[in-house]
Amino acid sequence: MNTVKKNISEVDSATIRFAGDSGDGMQLTGSQFSDNTAIFGNDLATLPDFPAEIRAPKGSLAGVSSFQLQFSNKDIHTPGDDLDVLVAMNPAGLKVHLGDLKDNGMLIINTANFTSKNLKLAGYEESPLDGSLLDGYQAIKVDMTKLVATALEEIELSSKLKARSTNMFALGLLYWLYGRSLDSSVNFIQKKFAKAPDIVEANIKALNAGYYYGETLEVIKTTYRVNKAKFEKGKYRNIMGNNALAFGLLTAAQRSGLDLYYGGYPITPASDILHYLAQYKNFGVKTFQAEDEIAGVVSAIGAAFAGDLAITATSGPGVALKSEALGLAVITELPLVLVNVQRGGPSTGLPTKTEQSDLNQAIYGRNGEAPMVVLAPATPADCFMMAYEACRIALKYMIPVILLSDGYIANGSEPWKIPDVNTLPDMETRILKKKEGFAPFNHGNPDLARPWALPGTPGMEHRIGGLEKWEETGHVSYDPENHQKMVELRQEKVDIIARDLPPAKPFGKESGDLLVIGWGGTHGALRSAVETAQSEGMSVSHLHLRHLNPLPQNLGEILVKFQKVMIAELNLGQLANIIRAKFLVDAVGLNKVQGKPFTQTEVFNKITELVKGA
Amino acid sequence: MAAENTQTLTRQDFVSDQDVRWCPGCGDYAILSQVQKLFPTLGIPKENFLIVSGIGCSSRFPYYMDTYGFHTIHGRAPALATGAKLANPDLSVWVITGDGDSMSIGGNHFIHVLRRNIDMNILMFNNQIYGLTKGQYSPTSELGKVTKSTPMGSLDYPFNPPQLALGASGTFIARTIDREQKHMGPILEEAHNHKGTSFVEIYQNCNIFNDGAFSELTEKETKAETQLVLEQGKPMIFGANNDKGLVLEGSNFKIVKLGKEYSADDILRHDKEDKNLAMLLSEITYNPELPVPIGILYQESKPTYDEMMTNQIQEAKKSIGPGDLEKLFFGTNSWIVD
Repeated sequence: MNTVKKNISEVDSATIRFAGDSGDGMQLTGSQFSDNTAIFGNDLATLPDFPAEIRAPKGSLAGVSSFQLQFSNKDIHTPGDDLDVLVAMNPAGLKVHLGDLKDNGMLIINTANFTSKNLKLAGYEESPLDGSLLDGYQAIKVDMTKLVATALEEIELSSKLKARSTNMFALGLLYWLYGRSLDSSVNFIQKKFAKAPDIVEANIKALNAGYYYGETLEVIKTTYRVNKAKFEKGKYRNIMGNNALAFGLLTAAQRSGLDLYYGGYPITPASDILHYLAQYKNFGVKTFQAEDEIAGVVSAIGAAFAGDLAITATSGPGVALKSEALGLAVITELPLVLVNVQRGGPSTGLPTKTEQSDLNQAIYGRNGEAPMVVLAPATPADCFMMAYEACRIALKYMIPVILLSDGYIANGSEPWKIPDVNTLPDMETRILKKKEGFAPFNHGNPDLARPWALPGTPGMEHRIGGLEKWEETGHVSYDPENHQKMVELRQEKVDIIARDLPPAKPFGKESGDLLVIGWGGTHGALRSAVETAQSEGMSVSHLHLRHLNPLPQNLGEILVKFQKVMIAELNLGQLANIIRAKFLVDAVGLNKVQGKPFTQTEVFNKITELVKGA
Repeated sequence: MAAENTQTLTRQDFVSDQDVRWCPGCGDYAILSQVQKLFPTLGIPKENFLIVSGIGCSSRFPYYMDTYGFHTIHGRAPALATGAKLANPDLSVWVITGDGDSMSIGGNHFIHVLRRNIDMNILMFNNQIYGLTKGQYSPTSELGKVTKSTPMGSLDYPFNPPQLALGASGTFIARTIDREQKHMGPILEEAHNHKGTSFVEIYQNCNIFNDGAFSELTEKETKAETQLVLEQGKPMIFGANNDKGLVLEGSNFKIVKLGKEYSADDILRHDKEDKNLAMLLSEITYNPELPVPIGILYQESKPTYDEMMTNQIQEAKKSIGPGDLEKLFFGTNSWIVD
């Protein structure tokens, strides 16, 4: 076959989305394209989106799984709003996602799945392949399944197994479209299916078939190049939030010289943290899959008492179950890190969708006065530093810490500059070696940390528990004045940590018309929208909080320097309530609870309204 | 182990400086005393004992022992003890719990710790009542129990603790009685010696809210007829004159009289490694016709969760090599920007 000459168009960035049935392998396809993009040298951000059902009814709208990514030659912060390319593997995928495709955007369709049954399931009365529905787009209609079957003719596999390689065809076609090498995926396939050579062969052939299809046929006349982005010097890898978070915990354990103990119960979207840590047994990591959420956290409290760096991770419903035990960690003043990878709530809510509605639960959700330190990573890669920071605070101050991640950054990925672990902040522990003058609840130091006297240490035998205790001795106390003192002490323990935090610094000018405040996984959308608004001359700055309790010491001073304050969060205004109460500012909320992240457009529109509309 | 330290330990070394606040006459005192007597004899440094409890009268126990101790939250002691044992396998871990704490609110942790066979000892003080909340029926109270919360009698069938433990794959299941000090001491020692989760049900009299629950078993006049003391390999003989024994008829126990027709050789011998026999013995618990077995009902040797975890970690270090963060981070899909 002759290679057809094509035009190559250089673009700054591209947003593409793979969409299909849950069984079509869209998550794998998307993550393969992401890894390839990262190695190629683009900046990128990803947004996987999948149903809670493992095998939702085939072909149904509810069963659609998708993976979106934006990649660029510039520094980008989000997986993009509107799509340049949509790959629709079935009618349901087309139906759900077509609305996000730009006018004249490229639409690549696997026509094989446009059967009357699938069309009906997707709610199409007539096939969109025939009518005028696709008129405003560059529609590329390919019978991928048939082409794959042809390419795999000589391989002895069932047609069902062959059809499973169809996603690799789509991937190969996209690689061609953006001028990529197939190497990273070939390596991946060889490793993943090492035990099944025929599956390796089938997938590689399908991948190549997709690539050659683009190269050979005249259907697509223009291909695209997104040049490498400029990165600082260093070593990089693409990383998902949950993976970065597990790395951060592991690094904290290694740097503190403690064994890492993880007690937890499987829950979406936090389970991957357990999966990652379970692979690090050669680092001495102990993972305990408990019988329930309560046993997960309580066993971690036991491990903390006995001297391990103790971690538990869960999502909102799991935190609810763990709440009583968190109170125990507060009153016994033990170092513990609880990771909450937030999802849509309340109750079981939207298990695979993102939300930031557990902030109130993190800050207030226990009986009695039971303050806890609360932190939130801003991006997938930031999960590393914030997990490390959570451990640092827990150990230095002998205090339990909540780390609020969310489904969006947990499953999203971006390039991560691998740090030199020796340059990370020191890990300090309160492990007591000398028994002279030992008192288990002695707080005689500026950090108000009690000593960590580990079982097995001679001469420091002591008892702790959930009953109120005398300061110093830790003996049970029902004394009214002592109780007041201890309640205030536990609050002060949290408050003084503010002294240890970097001062908050807005992105942009330190005063102006509007300050946009956010926290957690909304960072990318807020930063992109603020950058755009700044480039259009608006006087707007962005402050992203990573420490939520305590808040940075200088926050009040920053707030008063702006005419207006807008707080954007994926809930009905939980941080806004805290900031309004604490600083008496008339903050405006931008709130969304649809199980989806903000788009930069909706943030930008709100900024414009607030800056120009007044 | 620091033998020098342990040899000089005495009962007094395990008495804390806190006043014991159980009601006068409570059965808990006797158990505390036995544990304080036992610990110095075990050859374990004092600092390696950890006592973990839940919530309830019995769970105040750690405060009265001068060891490391953790008074946790209701029902959760086995879970906390699990984490502590996995963090430091050198510890001798003792869980003190009650029938409400471990059979009701903590039922899930109770069955799972037994299933995993984590090396620790669970002493369950069974007084068949909620004492600390002032007298509601418990999951081991008999059907029809009249209490403040059940004025017309309780409607729940009780749990049979040894049977529950057997069903959960417990590897050491024993029963003793607060008043039987000479029986309790050796049972606690055997529980300690057993590698894995040792479960000891201790019948304990709550003289305030359920006084006399076990009086038939403990009163001088009746106990010879109502107690069946199990001893490994020995015939199951009981009675004031040691003249009664148990035989099996099909899968049911029958009481026979020793003498003309039956000799000691005809009587069933206890074999604590026989799980079927253990099931039958545990079934006696609520049978008024038969004597109540005390002693080690069942014992089995199998690897513990904690040692298997330690082995996996060692194996991983050997096969993969000790952890190297840089290597892990760099992985297979990384790149360098110059």
